[in-house]
Amino acid sequence: METDAPRPPGTPVLPQATGACSGIFPEPEDAVVRARALCRVFQSKKQTVTALHALDVDIPAGRMTALVGPDGAGKTTFLRMACGLLAPSAGSLFVLGLDASHAAQQIQNRISYMPQRFGLYEDLSVMENMTLYADLHGVPQAVRKKRFSRLLDMTDLAAFTARPAGRLSGGMKQKLALACTLVRSPDLLLLDEPSVGVDPLSRRELWAIITGMVEEEHLSVVISTAYMDEAERCSHVIVLHEGRILAQGSPESLRSLTDGLCYTAPLSEGMKARTLQAWLLDRPAAVMDAVPEGSVVRFVLTPECREKGPAALCSSGDSPLRKDSCRPVAPRLEDSFMLLLRHESAGQEERPAPAGDNSRENTPERSAPSPAPGEEAETVIEVRDLVRRFGTFTAVASTSFSVRRGEVFGLLGPNGAGKTTTFRMLCGLLPATSGQLCVAGENLRTAAAQARTRVGYVSQKFSLYGNLSVLENLHFFGGVYGIGPFALRRRIREVLEEFDLAGHEHDMSGNLPGGFKQRLSMAVGMLHRPEILFLDEPTSGIDPLARRMFWRRITSLSEEGTTIIVTTHFMEEAEYCDRMLIQDAGRVLALGTPGEVRHQGGDAPTMEEAFIHIVESSRAARDHDRTKEGTA
Amino acid sequence: MKAFLRRLAALTVKELRQISRDPSSIMIGLVLPIILILIFGYGLSLDVNNVPIAVVMEHSTPLSRELLSGLNGSRYFSPRYVASMHEAEELLNRREVDAIIRTAGDFDSRFKKGHAEMQLILHGVDSTTATLIGQYTSAAVALRVQSALERAGMKNAGSGTGSAVVQGRIWFNEAANSTWYLVPGLIVIIMTLVGAFLTALIMAREWERGTLESLFVSPVGRAEILLSKIIPYFLLGMAGLLLCLGAARWLFEVPMRGSLLLFFLSSSLYLVVALGMGLAISSVTRSQFLSCQIAIVVSFLPAVILSGFLFDLRSVPLVARIVGNILPATHYMELLKTLFLAGDNMGIILRDCAALIGYAILFMGVAIRFTRKKLD
Repeated sequence: METDAPRPPGTPVLPQATGACSGIFPEPEDAVVRARALCRVFQSKKQTVTALHALDVDIPAGRMTALVGPDGAGKTTFLRMACGLLAPSAGSLFVLGLDASHAAQQIQNRISYMPQRFGLYEDLSVMENMTLYADLHGVPQAVRKKRFSRLLDMTDLAAFTARPAGRLSGGMKQKLALACTLVRSPDLLLLDEPSVGVDPLSRRELWAIITGMVEEEHLSVVISTAYMDEAERCSHVIVLHEGRILAQGSPESLRSLTDGLCYTAPLSEGMKARTLQAWLLDRPAAVMDAVPEGSVVRFVLTPECREKGPAALCSSGDSPLRKDSCRPVAPRLEDSFMLLLRHESAGQEERPAPAGDNSRENTPERSAPSPAPGEEAETVIEVRDLVRRFGTFTAVASTSFSVRRGEVFGLLGPNGAGKTTTFRMLCGLLPATSGQLCVAGENLRTAAAQARTRVGYVSQKFSLYGNLSVLENLHFFGGVYGIGPFALRRRIREVLEEFDLAGHEHDMSGNLPGGFKQRLSMAVGMLHRPEILFLDEPTSGIDPLARRMFWRRITSLSEEGTTIIVTTHFMEEAEYCDRMLIQDAGRVLALGTPGEVRHQGGDAPTMEEAFIHIVESSRAARDHDRTKEGTA
Repeated sequence: MKAFLRRLAALTVKELRQISRDPSSIMIGLVLPIILILIFGYGLSLDVNNVPIAVVMEHSTPLSRELLSGLNGSRYFSPRYVASMHEAEELLNRREVDAIIRTAGDFDSRFKKGHAEMQLILHGVDSTTATLIGQYTSAAVALRVQSALERAGMKNAGSGTGSAVVQGRIWFNEAANSTWYLVPGLIVIIMTLVGAFLTALIMAREWERGTLESLFVSPVGRAEILLSKIIPYFLLGMAGLLLCLGAARWLFEVPMRGSLLLFFLSSSLYLVVALGMGLAISSVTRSQFLSCQIAIVVSFLPAVILSGFLFDLRSVPLVARIVGNILPATHYMELLKTLFLAGDNMGIILRDCAALIGYAILFMGVAIRFTRKKLD
């Protein structure tokens, strides 16, 4: 229905778009969730928001169904309605054959649900949390013993049963939440972004638990996720956007949408992957998406250019691409996701308006004011033997690295690796136990306030005032940075433009969708034009489209000479960095360009695998040392 | 039913564990009552004791000395004899004394003529204290005057008011000891604090931390959720009540003239009212900050100011009296003061208990109404 919107000529008709799943699945007779014309409207004093528009969904039993979509697509609303926590505004919703609006309690007796923010009781221990949920679900003692030991074994929490949940790391908390959700075998399992904000290692473990349980008990699962690789593991994928279904089907059928559109382009001599990516992304007529991958940039053509292939990009004289060097590659779910979103937002001018619009037509060579290859830029961050201890616990152990002007430097590591501690020391929020630290020529811990204005910081959580409007927040923080009223007014206009916030000036910051909040945080961080920008997990919980736009902005900022330090859990994003550092247990495990790090990770094809390889081999070596010490 | 009890037990155990691990609920539930009872019990006294008073006898005669001797050896006064009015005024200005009592030089001769006068000057900054000092001084002196007159055989010669003397006697609190009526009031305040304030926080905390979302999608019903909040905090409130009762009996020696059983019954009833109020507040606001503010404004402050804890409701303006009479705390206050000091006056007790039962039903109803297993 929605895809009947006028399409640009040449657009292929999406085969299984919207509800036409009957072509792929026979009409599911055993649908665990069945929605018909399901609507949900949220009413507040000022505005009415429609979260779901007349949704028709059948979720097949005995399989895993992924719910993907950008922020505000209605994923959480749908899951909450399936749990009977929200009542439908119109339409019907049957879960396990029960009407969700009347038989909520019967449904809740039979399903298990893990909300996005699972409410573990932080002052109860791991075991007490699990026991509470087992008691509530009435798990008999005989079954419980076996199940607990199995869950503890899978989650690796067996050694921590007495530890209060509040003192677990982020990844462990998430695993405990999953264990509490799985204390019994439900008729339907609903998981709302279970892996958000979790490092790749914990994420892999979480998925091992989920898939293990599904196979063992033939569970019906609905899982919402921002990771396309996770959706690819499910047998059915539903793409939601602004409360409507864009497409659904098996991952294979969805992937086939972008068959023949995906290519890789090698980097020419001395060119940064990020720069080539930006060049490609700035040609929205021909390129839908581009991501750096090691020594190549992977890009997806628009369906309009399917016939011409990469040649469509090589026509102009200053093109960094050569026709014969581009290789076709297999499509991924993420490509189709971008394609679907692109169709949906066509006509809405939702296409990223990248920062520094006027540089759009610039060739990469000209748009990069960074020094020519070989000439080293000045070092703006210098860290030598940095150590931070909390009591007897060493959070950061003799870490050394340096960052040059205009570099994008990635700080990676599992949860609890010491990233945040390192970060806070760099920003001057935490004193170092020993070692040298020099940011923009000074130690921010002891430097005058003036020096701090050369640094911008965007924290992991949304730390602006939720009950102030966008404009009020900008005015407030501009005042804090000491920008004069006239300069501030001009600067606010600039950042509103730059971060695509125009038109939302008077919206309450707390009510903005995730991607907008993140852009507002960035806008505030950039108000005073800092030389160095610190970003702590800026893309956590943000969908691929918003992430792409975010990185396009980072590229522009870095081209303008801003140095950027960023932490992330998305390993693919490490590819965008000029150089990166992998930490675990406070120690530096790898330091170098993405290519170098991948090489160190056993020449893994993806950064994620390289990361897991590096961290696991280091942990294995450490355990080995420890057992040797033990026996000695 | 069995499943209901099992779930209720699981939730109650969880709640008790949280209380035992969270120092703040122990603070409010047990430590705060002790601190309050010590502060209010020892620090807040509406009696005047050892008032420094300057005595100026311009002509020291046996008669004036005798009349003023009533100030000596009394626990209410600590007299300072000074030589001149000037000196006394200095002391008053420096607030070393709170009052000046002065006999003129011709006091004796005037006394014989029947119109002697004494001057009493009070430091009026604390008007309540000044009034009390005035009454106490008059009373102390009047006793002596009376006996002096009798001895002098000069009945009716005094001020010409005749020989009728008012013989005052205070019932129920014979010593007019303010701790005796403050301590029962204190119990009301502590019960309000533990009941309404603590529960207003804990339910809102579950909303804020998102723990309810996970809890809702389970066989748990809202009755279990509410009961699991009421039971532990009822126990905590009862522990606070026992502390207060102990302090009342052994620290402040307040008598317990009514029945102890009625005391516990009515206290349980009020605790249920306060818990219901707290649960109603937090299930409507769903925010710790907001429910904390509301709990203070609608339960704690009125319990201190408008319940008759400090001021008799009959002597406050009409509006305040009406508001005061609406408060459940006022009824409990009346109940407790009656039980502690006056004994089992069944008329008052039954009336107030009926009011409390009404409030308990009202607040619990609101709490149940607003605690739905829904997020909207």
